[in-house]
Amino acid sequence: MVTLDPRPPEAAPKPPTVVPVRHWGRATAAVVVLALLGLLVAGLIVNKNIDEHTVRQYFFSRLILHGVLVTIELAVISQAVGIVLGIVLAVMRQSKNPALSGTSWLYIWFFRGTPLLVQLVFWAYFGSVYAHLTLGIPFTHLHLAQVGTNTLLTNTVAAYVGLSLNEGAYMAEIVRGGLLAVDEGQTEAALSLGMRRGLLLRRIVLPQAVRVIIPPTGNEFISMLKNTSLVAFIGGKDLFTNTQTIYSNNLKVIPLLVVASLWYLVITSVLTVGQYYLERRFARGATRTLPPTPIQRLRALLVPRRMVTT
Amino acid sequence: MSASVHARGVRKSYGLVEVLHGIDLEVAAGEVVCLLGPSGSGKSTFLRCVNHLESINGGELEVAGELVGYRRDGDKLRELTDRETAATRSRIGMVFQHFHLFPHLTALGNIMEAPVRVLKRPKQDVRRDAMALLDRVGLADRCDAYPSQLSGGQQQRIAIARALAMSPQLMLFDEPTSALDPELVGDVLDVMRGLAKDGMTMLVVTHEIGFAREVADRVVFMDAGLVVESGPPRQVLDEPREARTKEFLAKVL
Repeated sequence: MVTLDPRPPEAAPKPPTVVPVRHWGRATAAVVVLALLGLLVAGLIVNKNIDEHTVRQYFFSRLILHGVLVTIELAVISQAVGIVLGIVLAVMRQSKNPALSGTSWLYIWFFRGTPLLVQLVFWAYFGSVYAHLTLGIPFTHLHLAQVGTNTLLTNTVAAYVGLSLNEGAYMAEIVRGGLLAVDEGQTEAALSLGMRRGLLLRRIVLPQAVRVIIPPTGNEFISMLKNTSLVAFIGGKDLFTNTQTIYSNNLKVIPLLVVASLWYLVITSVLTVGQYYLERRFARGATRTLPPTPIQRLRALLVPRRMVTT
Repeated sequence: MSASVHARGVRKSYGLVEVLHGIDLEVAAGEVVCLLGPSGSGKSTFLRCVNHLESINGGELEVAGELVGYRRDGDKLRELTDRETAATRSRIGMVFQHFHLFPHLTALGNIMEAPVRVLKRPKQDVRRDAMALLDRVGLADRCDAYPSQLSGGQQQRIAIARALAMSPQLMLFDEPTSALDPELVGDVLDVMRGLAKDGMTMLVVTHEIGFAREVADRVVFMDAGLVVESGPPRQVLDEPREARTKEFLAKVL
């Protein structure tokens, strides 16, 4: 039996007003933190030693811009070589042949275990260890080509070699972690379809490992960017070397360090955005809905009532 | 087209522990054989030996008259190279308990991957065949979905289509419905029923007694790494001779 409510809809009871709980502790902490932050910023602006004028003057100077370019080049190429090296070392490390896995282990042990700065200086002075590099048949006197080490391994080349070889060791462990994160069942399914090891790695395991590999690799790339400043010790012509060159002439050390720091921050910020989109690209299939892009998130913030779909 | 399976005295050990103590099993071409038994009885291990995901430590295993994983050379057995083993596996389809679809590929991508990359068939032909297979498992409308967007039952049907795309001569099923919600089991069994009707040789590890009774030509009961008894479903399931079979059936029925 159905009974009808005799009251008109207007007479329905008004929904109660919800009073949110007040977080007094949190609010107080926020005020304190903001006050301290304000003091810090004010202190920086008032301080004459920062010398904003000099910062502006040198920010886009030719020498600094050239240094930025060299730094980016060094970081990108060394990181790229490091990634390739890392993949090779990680695959070797998983080999059943002890000669391959052992060599990989030894490489990682050595290059992770010695300071990058020491490695860079070592490569720069490699000529004092081996004066000539020879291409020929081992244990014979047949030489196809021979060059002086210092002609081949200039300081610039030494910088690339040092950064790449060191990065390879770290990337090897990151890639290995990514490979281990892929479920064994994926390998079994691919094998049962008649795939061979190479194809399986290229088409099934690596694409899934990449998702796990990207975040720490982003971290590595940012570290790499800053580690390029170490090549200043071997005259690398990068951002930090050129900054040093300028301030050793005009003695305005702090303003020029601010210039360099701001440039490192700018490049790092661009990389962070790039990493976000890269992660989003490789999340396909792993999550049901992709996370919003920063632009979509901004739109959602400005138009709060509308659902923003990806 | 369909292949037969001959197993004689198949032994398998992990380290010092022997898990298969000499399995004898014959599956004729086009026959459907269900492997039953308590967990740990070695039925899944045996299945994985058939396509050489596990190598055997003794005995002989043949699919379509050819040794699996080895080649006879006079009185020696030579281990096959990766390439040769892969070629053998490409003719044997396998369906896993946990589907193991490739999560970074769409349903269609999962099915097309091996025919395109392993058999090197033209993409257009493979796509047409893959769509036909999706239609056969009733999921043509989900061809662009990623595995994470599909239910367990749908994923398992895609996994079956993926195996069928290689035109296998033999299909191995490793507890294909064990990970599924009860109401999704029916769709997967329907697809398997259709395959059996088409004359595919099938070796099925399962706990679905009803399916075994209805579809299997023969039921094999295994326990503790040995075949305890085998025969037509009516005989093994309704009038088991061995005490261990009776005990097991009393628990699951």
